Amino acid sequence: MKIKRNEEYNYGFLDEGSKKEIRRSTLKAVAIPGYQVPFGSRELPIGRGWGTGGIQLTLSLIGPSDVLKVIDQGSDESVNAVNIKKFVKLCTGIKTTTDTHKATIIQSRHRIPEIPLKNDQILVLQVPIPEPLRIVEPKEEVTKKMHAEKDYAPIWLQLYESIIKYGKVTISTEYPCTVEDRYIMNPSPIPKFDNPKLNMSECLYLFGAGREKKIYAIPPYTRVESLAFDDVPFEKENFKGKKCCLCGSCDTYLDEIFNSETGERYYQCSDTSYCREVRSR
Amino acid sequence: MNTSENPVLSVKNLTVRYGDGCSECSTSLEKNRCRKCGTVWASNDVSIDVYPGEVLGIVGESGSGKSTLMQSLYFDIEPTSGNAYLNGYKNGCESIWNASPAEKRDIKNKIMGMVYQNPVRGLRMDYSAASNIAEKIIATGSRNAGEMTSRAKELLEAVEILTSRMSEAPKNFSGGMQQRVQISKALANNPSILLLDEVTTGLDLSVQAKVLDLIRKIKTLYGISILLVSHDLAVIRMLADRTVVMLDGKIIESGLTDQILEDPQHEYTQQLVYSLL
Ligand SMILES: Nc1ncnc2c1ncn2[C@@H]1O[C@H](COP(=O)(O)OP(=O)(O)OP(=O)(O)O)[C@@H](O)[C@H]1O
Ligand SMILES: [Mg+2]
Ligand SMILES: [Zn+2]
Repeated sequence: MKIKRNEEYNYGFLDEGSKKEIRRSTLKAVAIPGYQVPFGSRELPIGRGWGTGGIQLTLSLIGPSDVLKVIDQGSDESVNAVNIKKFVKLCTGIKTTTDTHKATIIQSRHRIPEIPLKNDQILVLQVPIPEPLRIVEPKEEVTKKMHAEKDYAPIWLQLYESIIKYGKVTISTEYPCTVEDRYIMNPSPIPKFDNPKLNMSECLYLFGAGREKKIYAIPPYTRVESLAFDDVPFEKENFKGKKCCLCGSCDTYLDEIFNSETGERYYQCSDTSYCREVRSR
Repeated sequence: MNTSENPVLSVKNLTVRYGDGCSECSTSLEKNRCRKCGTVWASNDVSIDVYPGEVLGIVGESGSGKSTLMQSLYFDIEPTSGNAYLNGYKNGCESIWNASPAEKRDIKNKIMGMVYQNPVRGLRMDYSAASNIAEKIIATGSRNAGEMTSRAKELLEAVEILTSRMSEAPKNFSGGMQQRVQISKALANNPSILLLDEVTTGLDLSVQAKVLDLIRKIKTLYGISILLVSHDLAVIRMLADRTVVMLDGKIIESGLTDQILEDPQHEYTQQLVYSLL
């Protein structure tokens, strides 16, 4: 990508006041892990619902020495990821990468990279619906109270209902988790395969919801537990007997690919840069 | 029943008022409404005691303030003044109406069980019958799904609902079944008192009889105290050890049910009793 910084834009597109406000909200989010901090979501030259929460976090944090990686469902090459990268580069001039090791800030939609992230890395996740209790309670006023009073019975009931009806918990993405025994949090639409990566992680996780105007965070070394009953443990997706047709990995999150001509089904790492790295070893 | 013991529940001077009231309210009431200022005194200085193992009946015409009492107890209505003491909450030393939101939730889940006249208020109609019971158990902090399921089975059996239907939603059940699910839900955490607000109103006579039988069974089986509200003296006669008669937000008469039936004192009670004969 050969894009030069366009000097006519403010560094990081947003005005300094806005960036400051977002950074303050981010600090508050870090101080209260799992708590949704409201912020004044700004307009961007991108439609809300296309990652504007994540982009605002990225733009407010990024500095000249940062290296940015953007992925969409694990892929560096998706149109959305490429466009976000271009946009940030245009208004900051920073370096971008597809290499997870080299990135200082990774913005992602729907995935956490396979490689464990380090203490000097930040993962920014784009969030459509930050409120984990929304599925059981439509009113914001009520969910706020529920969080304040730690009244989480309704969401546990949702899990129980699923066990009664289907014999197991059927949620596959946005699987709710408890942060430091306090707030229940929506980990964004990552597959539940990625949930364990949130627990006691070295890196800082930031979550940004542009449309819903919320920021929340999981600081390094925070306990994050996926909701589960004592006798029905949390289980992530099981890819037993399947492996990536490109790199052979059998411990990664796999996308199923269906060849309609041959009728064949095969699997491929959803994290494309990880897949490439394994192949080049 | 044993009135020499401490009451399980004691309500002192419950007043629920809609409107600000005026200096002439006490002398200007027409039924429960002040002619001068229009304030409605839905509950006017009501005091009751419920003793261990007894069924206390509350009877009165429509609008007399029966549901107001029940819903105040279950925190659905905020009383204007008064206190209520539960044996199970701070040894009956502090009024439950001063409890924190979390304590109130705890009281509703562990100490009291409520059955509403309208099952829509007491049940999650779209969740399974089992989940309706589990909801109560989850609220106590339990996180064992298997235990919840066996408790749900046990309770549904007790109210004679086939356990094969426990994964079905109550919206598909008949009115009588819905009331029975409500009762089993109310019993989930072995509460010390059950609040039953017109549980049989609107049910067919034969279904009504079944629900009344069930309540009698529960009383003997669990030895639980029951506050039973009905506008139907026939229902009260069948179940209540003692009875309180309400009119226009006030208690006008109370005593042993047999005594009230045999020798009603207040003119209104006399009317009620004679209409039963
Ligand atoms: N929000 C309100 N504003 C004004 N008056 C009210 C309100 N809610 C209830 N009331 C009045 O309070 C009085 C007591 O009502 P309550 O529901 O307790 O009666 P009830 O004895 O349960 O009657 P029913 O047998 O019909 O169920 C009634 O006169 C009612 O109109
Ligand atoms: Mg009523
Ligand atoms: Zn008045």
